[in-house]
Amino acid sequence: MSQLAIKATGISKQYQIGTRQKGAENLRDILTQSLTAPFKRAMRGLRGDANIETHTETLWALRDIDFDVQAGDTIGIIGRNGAGKSTLLKILSRITEPSSGTIDLYGRVGALLEVGTGFHLELTGRENIYLNGAILGMTRAEINRKFDEMIDFSGVERFIDTPVKRYSSGMILRLGFAVAAHLEPDILIVDEVLAVGDAEFQRKCLGKMQDVAGQGRTVLFVSHNLNAVLNLCKRGLYLKNGQVVASGTAQEVIQSYMSTVASIDLDAEHITDLTTHSGRHIGMKSILKSINLINENGESARYFNTGDTIQVDIGYDCGEERCDFITVGINSSMGERVFTLSTLYTPNAPFSFVGKKVIRAIIPQVDLAEGDYNLTLTMGKHAVGNIDTIDSAINFTITLNNYFQTGVVPSQGAGYWMKKSEWMLLE
Amino acid sequence: MSLTQTTPYLQIRATKGWANLRLREVWQYRELLYFLCWRDIIIRYKQTVVGAGWAIIQPVLSMIVFTLVFGGLAQIPSDGVPYPLFSFAALVPWGFFSGAFTRASSSLVSSANLISKIYFPRLIIPTSAVMAGIVDYLISFAVLVVMLWVYVAFGQSAPFIAQFTAPLGISPYDIPQMQAISINWLWLPYLTGLAFVTTLGVSLWFSAIMVRFRDVRFIVPFAVQLWMYMSPVVYPSSLIQNDTLRLIYGLNPMTGVVEGFRWALLGTDTQPSLIIIASSAVAVALLVSGAFYFKKQERTFADVI
Repeated sequence: MSQLAIKATGISKQYQIGTRQKGAENLRDILTQSLTAPFKRAMRGLRGDANIETHTETLWALRDIDFDVQAGDTIGIIGRNGAGKSTLLKILSRITEPSSGTIDLYGRVGALLEVGTGFHLELTGRENIYLNGAILGMTRAEINRKFDEMIDFSGVERFIDTPVKRYSSGMILRLGFAVAAHLEPDILIVDEVLAVGDAEFQRKCLGKMQDVAGQGRTVLFVSHNLNAVLNLCKRGLYLKNGQVVASGTAQEVIQSYMSTVASIDLDAEHITDLTTHSGRHIGMKSILKSINLINENGESARYFNTGDTIQVDIGYDCGEERCDFITVGINSSMGERVFTLSTLYTPNAPFSFVGKKVIRAIIPQVDLAEGDYNLTLTMGKHAVGNIDTIDSAINFTITLNNYFQTGVVPSQGAGYWMKKSEWMLLE
Repeated sequence: MSLTQTTPYLQIRATKGWANLRLREVWQYRELLYFLCWRDIIIRYKQTVVGAGWAIIQPVLSMIVFTLVFGGLAQIPSDGVPYPLFSFAALVPWGFFSGAFTRASSSLVSSANLISKIYFPRLIIPTSAVMAGIVDYLISFAVLVVMLWVYVAFGQSAPFIAQFTAPLGISPYDIPQMQAISINWLWLPYLTGLAFVTTLGVSLWFSAIMVRFRDVRFIVPFAVQLWMYMSPVVYPSSLIQNDTLRLIYGLNPMTGVVEGFRWALLGTDTQPSLIIIASSAVAVALLVSGAFYFKKQERTFADVI
């Protein structure tokens, strides 16, 4: 029978989001308020109570969170931006206090909210290892013992006595991670430190975290990267608007996240207006007016699964001018063109566009790898070329969601296309 | 994995009212205190030409200016001690106070990145900033001792020197006889401790307030200047004759420190018995109240910084 590592009971966190002044009726009120407000604020601040004034807006970043983590479990915390993931992380790592509730932690806690916290650019790599190690809670003896290992891991041994300000950003990152990787707490709390650095660095980090999890330590991992959560975590916790919506195995929780994410989008604005879009190329005419993405259920969406059919609705207004083609380019988040669709590549597509209309492009079975993508739209004439081009006209996210039905998730760098294939042994 | 009886246990919850100082935890983090202090010391004079020489140049230049302005032009009395020595004996502890206080009061704000990314007892930040000032203090103290010995040697060899300076109309006998070392030096560690406690106490207050009100950044330099004139740095406290006034004056802990320094090193008859008791009491009160105020504010640092 496993033992409890973390027990959170009724955790809430309330933030004050700026004070709103009572309405000022006339100039005299405004003047007296501007004169007395600093003193009122100062007195309040000196007394240390934040909520004494009634006209203070508050926000519940977390509300009544309960969860348990067994020792040796790896648990992934997912949710959209602003769901309360970071707040929960900050409370667990004791950076800030909860407004109410208790958390019992059994074991030494190490928190990694950033790689290389407290690095000083004037100090050498060697000096920064000691400083950073001490900040993370290691003793000097512990750092001494692991020092050579850390330098090996970082791969910057040649520059270890050079001030860090002469390092490349990648070297600083590697050095920071080398120290962090040698932290040996019973409970490890990790933020999206994996979101930085190149693919190879991310793989290294992920590998190290798998090691940690394999050693029977408790790992709490907050991420946007569902892929990484699926890879790393046995269990999951889905936060939405400061509350726990789902908890269970990582697979279940991610499923539940995906299904709600689609429904959230229905509440959101359906159609993206392109009339004044910042991605429009300089000198282009504003004839592309709107764009929308639609999922298989006919709903407006920005999140899709690998293999889904995606419909792209493009609104245009050419006026009197006749246009000859419309092109849609799909780019990865790194800016690489993954593929391009065009009316020109399609035998029976419309070939002349006038006036104000909406055209729909259907892309069957988009077998894209997990990640964020964006669309480049172009409209033009044969004789003239492009009349309107917009980069990043709209963004969308693809999730693998057990596309291969094996539970196996391809590692990073497996390419943009997820292709099903058949295999057989030949006699 | 089996958890034994020795598994560390911790409960996180909202602290209410006047918080426990949790000094035991500060002690557990003493190595971090050491490393932050060490960082401050080696960073301070990085990429300067003179380096730690600034720890000497700053007080020496102040002494020269004070000697010209206050000792020379304003003819302020100096308890029978040469004015340069008189002012330098004050500038050594005062320089520690003003430098450490200025740096420590902004230490939390300049460590915002640490505070929002990792937990450790926040008391460590201003404490290490104040402690890092001790190195400069020791360097300038050494200069003070050398300066004292030069004066003493000069006074002792007065008959010899007089042969040469007599034609110039200068008499070396004007220099009062001072002791190269005396039993009163034993008071110096206590006075240093008093300066440390005072600096830390004020720094805890100001650094915690600055997290919420950056106005403090503008107040500190002004407060330091004002405080200097309220302490007997450029003038002797013997100018204040009334006993009651002297006691009130002694409520400024830096008065006790500065007068104590002059008495112990230069043998001025300002033995600070009464003043030092008042100063010590106020310094301790500042430190204790500062620590509690700091601890009470600490819980919101990460949210407002």
